Amino acid sequence: MDWVRGRRLLSGAVIAASLGLSSVAGAQEDTIKVGILHSLSGTMAISETTLKDVMLMLIEQQNEKGGLLGKKLEAVVVDPASDWPLFAEKARELISQDKVAAVFGCWTSVSRKSVLPVFKELDGLLFYPVQYEGEESERNVFYTGAAPNQQAIPAVDYLMSEDGGSVERWVLEGTDYVYPRTTNKILEAYLKSKGVADEDIMINYTPFGFSDWQTEVAAIKTFGSAGKKTAVVSTINGDANVPFYKELGNQGIKAEDIPVVAFSVGEEELAGLDTAPLVGHLAAWNYFQSIDTPENEEFIDQWHTFIGKDDRTTNDPMEAHYIGFNMWVKAVEKAGTTDPDAVIDAIVGVSVPNLTGGYSTMMPNHHITKPVYIGEIQADGQFDVVWNTPGLVVGDEWSDYLPDSKPLIADWRAPLSCGNFNTSTGKCGGETAN
Amino acid sequence: MLRILASALFFLLAHTAFDSPANAEGLADALSGFAKGSYAKTVDALAAVAASGDERAVDIVRALKDKRLYYTKADGKVYIKDDSDTLIDAATGEPFTGEGPFGLKQVRVNNRVRGAIEAALGTLNLLAPDPARRLSAAEAVFKSRDADSLSAIDTALSKETDPAIKRVLEQARAAIVIADKEATEEDQLAAVATIAGRGDEDARGILTTLPDDMPEAVGKAAQKAIAAIDQRLAMWSAAQNVWYGISLGSVLLLAAIGLAITFGVMGVINMAHGEMVMLGAYTTFVVQEAIRTSAPELFDYSLAIAIPLAFLVSGAAGFLIERLIIRWLYGRPLETLLATWGLSLILQQAVRTFFGANNRQVGNPSWMSGAFDVGHLTITYNRLWIVVFALAVFAVLNVILKATPFGLQMRAVTQNRRMAASMGIRTPWVDAFTFALGSGIAGMAGVALSQIDNVSPNLGQGYIIDSFMVVVFGGVGNLWGTLAGALTLGVANKFLEPYAGAVVAKILVLVFIILFIQKRPRGLFALQGRAVES
Repeated sequence: MDWVRGRRLLSGAVIAASLGLSSVAGAQEDTIKVGILHSLSGTMAISETTLKDVMLMLIEQQNEKGGLLGKKLEAVVVDPASDWPLFAEKARELISQDKVAAVFGCWTSVSRKSVLPVFKELDGLLFYPVQYEGEESERNVFYTGAAPNQQAIPAVDYLMSEDGGSVERWVLEGTDYVYPRTTNKILEAYLKSKGVADEDIMINYTPFGFSDWQTEVAAIKTFGSAGKKTAVVSTINGDANVPFYKELGNQGIKAEDIPVVAFSVGEEELAGLDTAPLVGHLAAWNYFQSIDTPENEEFIDQWHTFIGKDDRTTNDPMEAHYIGFNMWVKAVEKAGTTDPDAVIDAIVGVSVPNLTGGYSTMMPNHHITKPVYIGEIQADGQFDVVWNTPGLVVGDEWSDYLPDSKPLIADWRAPLSCGNFNTSTGKCGGETAN
Repeated sequence: MLRILASALFFLLAHTAFDSPANAEGLADALSGFAKGSYAKTVDALAAVAASGDERAVDIVRALKDKRLYYTKADGKVYIKDDSDTLIDAATGEPFTGEGPFGLKQVRVNNRVRGAIEAALGTLNLLAPDPARRLSAAEAVFKSRDADSLSAIDTALSKETDPAIKRVLEQARAAIVIADKEATEEDQLAAVATIAGRGDEDARGILTTLPDDMPEAVGKAAQKAIAAIDQRLAMWSAAQNVWYGISLGSVLLLAAIGLAITFGVMGVINMAHGEMVMLGAYTTFVVQEAIRTSAPELFDYSLAIAIPLAFLVSGAAGFLIERLIIRWLYGRPLETLLATWGLSLILQQAVRTFFGANNRQVGNPSWMSGAFDVGHLTITYNRLWIVVFALAVFAVLNVILKATPFGLQMRAVTQNRRMAASMGIRTPWVDAFTFALGSGIAGMAGVALSQIDNVSPNLGQGYIIDSFMVVVFGGVGNLWGTLAGALTLGVANKFLEPYAGAVVAKILVLVFIILFIQKRPRGLFALQGRAVES
């Protein structure tokens, strides 16, 4: 598939060159620059464009409040064009050429992995807003999305509970790449620890952008008719979801019979879909647009005004950027400088309001505390929250359910300052699961 | 809980005469459970309301289903909101008057509650006048396998006249009897036979989950029945794979058939072919959007309107591309490839800028939603219509090529350009219209694909590789080859998928094509003659 990659590479080059997105005119000395590294073209543009817009809105609002440290903030937007190597190039450009104070960006895990060496080498700051597979903690990265224990595990817990339908049989359906594979590995270990038998777990992977779900949905139907309550845990990515749900609806699988809980389906994805046949299928997130708090209402209003359209939805990664940006602002104010080392030291322990009526705190492992919500899809494309964790959940970077990562912890405060400290050997730099 | 509720509701319907004023208080008591804000309490309250025997119970259950049931936390009163938004006291049926009520909250419904409601209302329908509803009710009773509903089933059985519904009711009865410890061995053997007659996965599920302490004869009969069902299901699953293969093949055919003209007949490597498909899909979106805002009653015809429009839009785009770009590049395949590739990126980004990067919602008309069963095979209407549409497009295209003057000129130009030119055919215009025809067909494919795939700027990308694969495999320049290629690849893919998984299946198909092309470089159906030699 080198052909496809070549195609994307060229696409990036052509667009970046022709539109000149990376250049910022009239850069002034007395501004603080904030880098935005989200794909505006290519396959991931569907999800990432919104995040660029929400960052622009947050920066504009901060400037209206008087900026930061007496200076105005200035957004530097680049387009990595859904091309993973280009992410690294653009990140380097942002840090060494544009001298940004922090970067907000990336969506897929592979893009994050590709920029990691750059942020480590040039000592930059990256705020990563998307739920991911865990098994990572870096000094220069702040993970404001959910770790598996903030999304996948509570979702499974809910389905196993009486309210969730006492599910005994599980289909783990995912797109074939690192996030679903690692998440499913964790989930499989977790389910087995809860006494689920091998033959009651079915794992299946499909390629990116898969659109012909007939065989898979038929297999789910067969698997689900063994006399035990069955649920599907979906880590299907982006575009492949719409045809999957359409096929579910058409083959008449109702949420009452076989509920599907998804970790990558939010308000944005449902906007491209008639949700009437999907009522009752679930999603697990740390935020839903339908959550009724004054903070959220204000945020949605601001978003609609900023984007100029009242039907645009808000979603979980947007909230993650909201939290991450405010944390960064607070940490910079606390440190009195935008110097990355000072901010890294200052940001641990910083608490900011989230949109669901609570406070999220940056933990020493560079993950944040979040509430977990399970929502059921409604006919209007929104989610109705049917369950939530009683308190906040701390993001667990190294899963307790994988034997290799169980003894690992991350703590970026001095004197430990280590992302993979092995508690059984007492050394920094333990084995990693992948 | 579900079972008690189901049977309670059944009795409610069967014996509506039997409600008495004494129950009114019971109903008010039962209703208070709705005001607790917990799903378990809601399910309990549902059962209690049904068991109260009050004639208002059905209304209350329906209101809960439609999320029209509200409560106030302060005094625990429950209200129904009717269509005109007036509040009715659920306990008395009187409209609410005066100030307030304050702090009104909706009774929350989740899958568990919804399941309880469905089962309850389903059981209610065992005696419904509409046979379709009775059938689904019987299926619901079969699924719930609730010993308490045995008498209800017997009542329904004695009144049922429709043989199909009667059969399901008997199976539901058998499913209960088989698990009944008191039943005689004779009855249980008969029950095994009845369930085995159903022959599907549900039947297999019941027979495999029988308790171990069954009489030996019954256990043996069940084992035998399971083996028979397995054999039958294996046969049906093969049939299912063939159907899925044909359906995937028809999608491939639709995506590739336009390319079979531009690449196959004209020899232009058009990397923007997928974007012509995308334009067609967006045309469908625009048509549906216009219908939604101005004439919603026409929604079921939206695809019929979109098909010719998509043909025109994509065809016009193709015509322009040929006139402005491709005609300068004939005979230079590498430049054509690069130019059309760049063009595909421009088109994608243009659509992204104009329509936004998000998926656009294209609805299925009612005649393309849902499914029907043939034996144990589930056939979805959207797939069925796409197969029909693909074959129709193929047939029409064949007629155009073989039986119209334009087709004749087209074939003449591809076979021998100079000869055709000297016979007075204006070859540049034939080229332009041929390219427009191929692109227009791609646009029509886009209308069909909008029904099963995302309408996003990336739509075309997902099909371009598959399309080239089909055309190369089937044999360049041969429509029948494209048909055979698409169906072969579709069926092969779908037979491999259950065993190898979707990822490996795709790789295996690709490897197979590479090997096949080594052996037969010109594909399944190779063209003979002068065009090939040149």
